[in-house]
Amino acid sequence: MSFRPIFEAQPWDDVKASIYAKTAADVERALAAPHRTLEDFKALISPAAAPYLEQMAQLSHQLTRKRFGNTVQLYAPLYLSNECQNICTYCGFSLDNKIARRTLSSVEMLQEAAVLKDWGYDHVLLVTGEANVTVGVDYLEKALRTLRPHFAHLSMEVQPLDQADYERLISEGLNTVLVYQETYHRDDYRKHHPKGKKSNFNYRLDTPDRLGRAGIHKMGLGVLIGLEDWRTDCFYTALHLDYLERTYWQTKYSLSFPRLRPAEGLLQPKVEMSDRELVQLICAYRLLNEEVELSLSTRENPVFRDHVVKLGITSISAGSKTNPGGYAVAPESLEQFEISDERSPAEIAAMLRRQGYEPVWKDWDATLVGLPR
Amino acid sequence: MLNKNLVIAGRTFNSRLFTGTGKFSSSELMEEALLAAGSELVTVALKRVDVADAEDDILRHLSHPQFSLLPNTSGVRTAKEAVFAAQLAREALETNWLKLEIHPDPKYLLPDPIETLKAAEELVRLGFVVLPYIHADPVLCKRLEEVGVAAVMPLGSPIGSNKGLLTREFLEIIIGQSKVPVVVDAGIGAPSHAAAALEMGADAVLVNTAIAVAGNPVAMATAFKMAVEAGRMAYEARLAAPVAHAEAVASSPLTAFLD
Repeated sequence: MSFRPIFEAQPWDDVKASIYAKTAADVERALAAPHRTLEDFKALISPAAAPYLEQMAQLSHQLTRKRFGNTVQLYAPLYLSNECQNICTYCGFSLDNKIARRTLSSVEMLQEAAVLKDWGYDHVLLVTGEANVTVGVDYLEKALRTLRPHFAHLSMEVQPLDQADYERLISEGLNTVLVYQETYHRDDYRKHHPKGKKSNFNYRLDTPDRLGRAGIHKMGLGVLIGLEDWRTDCFYTALHLDYLERTYWQTKYSLSFPRLRPAEGLLQPKVEMSDRELVQLICAYRLLNEEVELSLSTRENPVFRDHVVKLGITSISAGSKTNPGGYAVAPESLEQFEISDERSPAEIAAMLRRQGYEPVWKDWDATLVGLPR
Repeated sequence: MLNKNLVIAGRTFNSRLFTGTGKFSSSELMEEALLAAGSELVTVALKRVDVADAEDDILRHLSHPQFSLLPNTSGVRTAKEAVFAAQLAREALETNWLKLEIHPDPKYLLPDPIETLKAAEELVRLGFVVLPYIHADPVLCKRLEEVGVAAVMPLGSPIGSNKGLLTREFLEIIIGQSKVPVVVDAGIGAPSHAAAALEMGADAVLVNTAIAVAGNPVAMATAFKMAVEAGRMAYEARLAAPVAHAEAVASSPLTAFLD
């Protein structure tokens, strides 16, 4: 049982054509529907929905407020390593970037953690490149053991792992795993990931299934917007989410929509997504799924973030550094990408309060799964 | 003669409006709204508070003599996890009262009846005052009663949905046969829903989203307070029976022979 047969049954070109064929009537039907289907979602992300953006935004705002109230969660990435065995055409950590590599020791992790704790964080997202020998499961387990006493909620965005590895990390307090397919377009995927374990499209595609079977509490999905037609890629994200929710019904889900940012040695995005289109996507995700968490990173600029937070967003990062040691140990190490919003967590929290939202620093506790803190 | 006050596990409540603490735009507003509600029992999610921090923002704003804390286990997925979390809550918050919530489904937060019954039995054995959040399932309520819970908390409609008393038929059965207080929890979206629950004979209601997400949470909390009081007063005053049918029967053909 996996997502793959469902995915294979929906060829890229057919999906794309059906999205672009949607009409105003399809959009109006989708807006009026009490429960929206994946076909409705196609209409909402189609060009035909552009004139309905304000209506979509109003609905998205209402639905989000009803479900999540007047709160937005805050989290920060903590980059543990920029070592990577992959070549990815869009990533600063790519193997062919001849730049100094760094992997944090336990002592350095704690130095970084101290800064985040001072800022008020209780939820960290641990990020690494993909270097299974030096930054493998043993290292990740050590990181969880080191950091668990200091944070209520530990998430990870690392290389895809086997089910048994996930089970091992979950038993150490791992709550959430983010794993982005980058693009669901097989040929383009191959082009952007020519070397390394990441070049295996199917292994990556099956990762959410392995996570679900391992009993992960929450998983995050998404594509890297800019690699391929965003509407088609995001339909597959929604299709994947729909399958996962039905199959691993005890897991929570979050979606992200990172747009390509400049990084060392990078390609230019093949597809540009405008701010209006990103708002359309955020609202469409919310109209499709009232319960899914929507996360916004510091890739986006301050003005955009300030406005979009009301339109469906439920979690936001702030003060992020995308390089290992970036908070305290090695501020000058290689970044994965440049961030756009450089405001401090306190400034972001104040912005949220000004808009009538409570910044939530803590919304999980390891004791709920029987682990001491 | 009805007892005007609600008693749960030997404790008397003047207010029949229990409240939640999530979704408010600030802890200050939460505090103001809950005070306006006149609530005496306030549920708080363990996952949202740092019990080790004496200055925890939520707990600080709940430190009023009128508020008793009702820790809840939102986030656990099994009986085993619930029992562990309950023991930590008891130690950290110094209360043996517990709102038992086990909803393994994070999408609709619907309660797991099997794990809830298992956990309730164990928690009662460990000396907890257990208030379980459950479906409006009359048989489950009786089973929970038998294992010694202090009250039952059946849902009115899906949590956070504001859809009101969609389970009315089952709530009526539960209220009609329960030996422990019945607190309608989840889905109450308007003061009229709360009033209707009290009119039916529910002992109390628990409200969160409808207050927290209202345009003016403090005014809405006051409205709920009044509605709950009115609903209970109406119940105690015994409602006039509705007219069963609109059309009067002109003659009595079946009993005419008696004339």
